[in-house]
Amino acid sequence: MTDQVSRTLQDYLPLLFQGVPVTLEATLASITLVVIAGFVFGLGRSSKSPFLRWPVGLVVEVLRGSSAIAQLFWAFYVLPFFGVELSPFVAGVMVLGLNGGAYFSEVVRAAFAAVPKGQTEAAIALNLSSWFRLRRVILPQALPLMIPPFGNALIDMLKFTALLSLVTIQELAYRADAIRSVLAEAGPVYGITLLIYFAMALALSVMVQALERLVDRWAGRTHAGDSAKRRAASSVPRWAFRP
Amino acid sequence: MPSENGTPQPVNMPGDALMAMRDVTMRFGSRTVIDSLDLNVTAGEKLAIIGPSGSGKTTILRLAMGLERPTGGWIRIDGRYLWHVQRNEALVPAGDRQARRARRAVGMVFQQFNLFPHMTALQNVTEPLVHVLRMRRNEAHERANDLLSRVGLATHLEHRPAQLSGGQQQRVAIARSLALRPKLMLFDEVTSALDPELVGEVLNVIRDLAHTTSMAMMIVTHEITFAADIADRVIMFDQGRIVEEGEPKVVLREPQSQRTKQFLKAILER
Repeated sequence: MTDQVSRTLQDYLPLLFQGVPVTLEATLASITLVVIAGFVFGLGRSSKSPFLRWPVGLVVEVLRGSSAIAQLFWAFYVLPFFGVELSPFVAGVMVLGLNGGAYFSEVVRAAFAAVPKGQTEAAIALNLSSWFRLRRVILPQALPLMIPPFGNALIDMLKFTALLSLVTIQELAYRADAIRSVLAEAGPVYGITLLIYFAMALALSVMVQALERLVDRWAGRTHAGDSAKRRAASSVPRWAFRP
Repeated sequence: MPSENGTPQPVNMPGDALMAMRDVTMRFGSRTVIDSLDLNVTAGEKLAIIGPSGSGKTTILRLAMGLERPTGGWIRIDGRYLWHVQRNEALVPAGDRQARRARRAVGMVFQQFNLFPHMTALQNVTEPLVHVLRMRRNEAHERANDLLSRVGLATHLEHRPAQLSGGQQQRVAIARSLALRPKLMLFDEVTSALDPELVGEVLNVIRDLAHTTSMAMMIVTHEITFAADIADRVIMFDQGRIVEEGEPKVVLREPQSQRTKQFLKAILER
């Protein structure tokens, strides 16, 4: 009996795997919106002008403070009544991206706030332009701080895309569920689905680590071979450096 | 002086005032930090400002640098108003663009150095040269090299701020400001954040500058001997006002005001 189920499951596996690109596309689209919205909300919230700060703050609180599923249903089922007809994919990505962006805006805000005020003042005193100040002084110090939380947001988005199954997007979770109902057995298909999600998350987190090194190098945070030189020069015994 | 309707009017003054503050007031909320200050600094003059913490000395420098916009009065540097433009004999408030022009003549060294941590010592000096003065990289490199050598850091060009001692960082910061060749340099308690044994090397650099250049300087310091050594004029500042001012040998050795006497006594008996 088990034999037969696994053979039947095998037949359905290609169908399951066809969900992977859909899930990845949705993740990629959402995280792009997360970063854009995160910067817009984050900078809006740190603006000096209350006319910008307050409305943005309100939007962020509403997005964070209400259920993503409710927002998703609202975008999918209610917006058409107001004449806004979005494709399921666009509606889903909008909700996930804006939602994630509301959270990420705090990361952006905190990273900018973590750059000492003296850095800005020194740049002004040196008569550097505000563009140089942002691009060469503030961002190189703020951006590296955002990368680890960005990794969290990215993996969050990957997992949140499962919500899109609720609005007819045939991504991984949608297909897993469909196959389960055909096979009338949950264990194997969900087991494989878990493994696929895990593999994708692992791949993404390796990519974020690479991104972190890249950003650090762009920001001039590390010299190539810096730590090796420091170790060589240090009087601390070599074994102390082993992980 | 403010006129009847409150608009500040330009006042004729000796042409040799490099930096002039007239009736400058600075309030933060209900706290008045600078109270109707009139102050001139002539070209090449070395002015030391002493006074207790919270007296407003640092605010004077921040105002002269254009880091703060005064609540009232006007500031003029090298013939340009910091926050005003002159129109039909009257002064009209102006924005940051005007301030940026006026700032060119001024440089500032901060208590906390404020070097850019992701750049090397050399880059800290060259980047402003390339991006503000539009110098070519190799020229900027040459000037930076000269200046860093002059402050004793010829062998530390490629070091990051984190790899330098506080004294070395402050010397890089001095070189960075000098590189833009300001006519007025502001030193804001530049040795207060340093280990005691590193204070000397920084003071020596400034002393050398004071004796060998024709740059005007405004120096906020608690180092009384140092102030006596390099200043042409000393101002004792307390509660937003000038308490006493004059030659260092008078203000620092035989002060007239009770407040100055008390302050110097407290500092020297430390």
